[in-house]
Amino acid sequence: MGKATVIPFGPQHPVLPEPLHLDLVVQDEKVVEAIPQIGFVHRGLEKLVETRDYNQFLYVCERICGICAAGHSIGYAETIERLMGVEVPKRAEYLRVIWHELSRVHSHLLWLGLAADAFGFESLFMHAWRLRERVLDIFEKTTGGRVILSVVKVGGVHRDIDDSQMKEIIYVLDGIMDDYRKIMNTLLTDYSVKNRTVGVGTLSHEEALALSMVGPFARASNVNYDVRSLGNGAYGDLSDFQPILDAQGDCYARVKVRCLEVLQSIEIIKELAAKMPAGDISVTVKGSPAEGAEVCNVLEQPRGECYYYARGNGSKNLERMRIRTPTSQNIAGMVSALKGCDLADVNMVILTIDPCISCTER
Amino acid sequence: MAFASKSPWVIHYDASSCNGCDIEVLATLCPGFDGERFGVINTGNPKHADIFLVTGSVNERNISVIKEIYDQMLEPKVVVACGICACSGGIFHDCYNVIGGVDKAIPVDVYAPGCAVRPEAIIDAIVEGVAVLDQKSKALKEQKKGAK
Ligand code: SF4
Repeated sequence: MGKATVIPFGPQHPVLPEPLHLDLVVQDEKVVEAIPQIGFVHRGLEKLVETRDYNQFLYVCERICGICAAGHSIGYAETIERLMGVEVPKRAEYLRVIWHELSRVHSHLLWLGLAADAFGFESLFMHAWRLRERVLDIFEKTTGGRVILSVVKVGGVHRDIDDSQMKEIIYVLDGIMDDYRKIMNTLLTDYSVKNRTVGVGTLSHEEALALSMVGPFARASNVNYDVRSLGNGAYGDLSDFQPILDAQGDCYARVKVRCLEVLQSIEIIKELAAKMPAGDISVTVKGSPAEGAEVCNVLEQPRGECYYYARGNGSKNLERMRIRTPTSQNIAGMVSALKGCDLADVNMVILTIDPCISCTER
Repeated sequence: MAFASKSPWVIHYDASSCNGCDIEVLATLCPGFDGERFGVINTGNPKHADIFLVTGSVNERNISVIKEIYDQMLEPKVVVACGICACSGGIFHDCYNVIGGVDKAIPVDVYAPGCAVRPEAIIDAIVEGVAVLDQKSKALKEQKKGAK
């Protein structure tokens, strides 16, 4: 056994666009321990509830993370609606879920590209991002924004998707599906990809439960937990929803779960588009949250369960807003999956967990 | 340094951005917008880079990292602030942990506003950055001549 050395990883590192810093303690090319250091992206936006009213804070909340922006705005809006007892029109709920699932498709394609890039498969990276551009085009057509959509408001949504636009979305998604299947087959069957991912960075079912992992990371270790199966909002109207699970718990299982989730999301969008109810897209919300009223809410973000907590104080500003994001849960699992892996596999393990640092640090 | 004007290499660092601008920077370099047709290529090594794309605002923790990357880059170099957060702090300007735009840490040559900054704006900023790079390298040459 050689001497233990510490290798710093990040904060500026080519595989991750985000600043995550890890001190990797390695011995003979094996990682003995990984010590994460965070704080590079901390802005302290939860404190902004004191100076922004509950409508304005929606736009701050949306900017917690540019990848799951749609999810955060929906999660926040739902929380405030519960706090104030507002009933949202059915059509708005459907539209929200459609945008949310589209953002899951875009987030998973983005991740797929980065993961391919991490093991040196650059053309796959480009292909995944090319498909992702088409999803962003849908966003641009329906909301005006590419990554920050600003389409959700407390009480509903700002914009409607009409029937012809919906037809176009389905048409584009069908096209994406064909191309995506090819990419997915490459990723899941290519032997060089398998070499890098099978049996690497395994997290067992027990560990995943003990560390309370969430999202695709947990589902790859056979934890049957997906907030969508609770049936909040329009998810309750789906004819059938089964979380995608895998029992292996290694990098390959995580790749597979995310790959299949893209197809699942497209199916959800199609089903909801067909069932779309007519009616208003928003209600007017007046007044402010009552003093001492508190509420919590969960939402399945592309990276897992996200928890929102809000407390009112009788004024337009909230007393407290707390958000627990999926990656802040998953970092514990990442550190434990990194233990014992080869130094060369560190990239792969980190990326298959799909960390979102700006969510974590807010 | 005539070659620099033809193919500037860029390095990207996410200061405290919300990711919105980061993914737009990456999207710029991908086939959809194809930033690479200007000879731009993304590198992870500050010593290879000519243009420094910073997204997000500066805080206590990352100010030293930004300065470090900037110092490691060789002259001539250009800094582009991508997104309104990097220009001025944007929506987070009054957060307790935000010092302000990137110009609080290092000199910025080109500002590309937007929340999130659009890929077209980044391309524009890079092209503008190339002109600044040219000027800077000319000035550097003059200086060297003067020193002889
Ligand atoms: S400018 Fe907007 S999108 Fe870009 S980092 Fe700031 S908040 Fe995010």
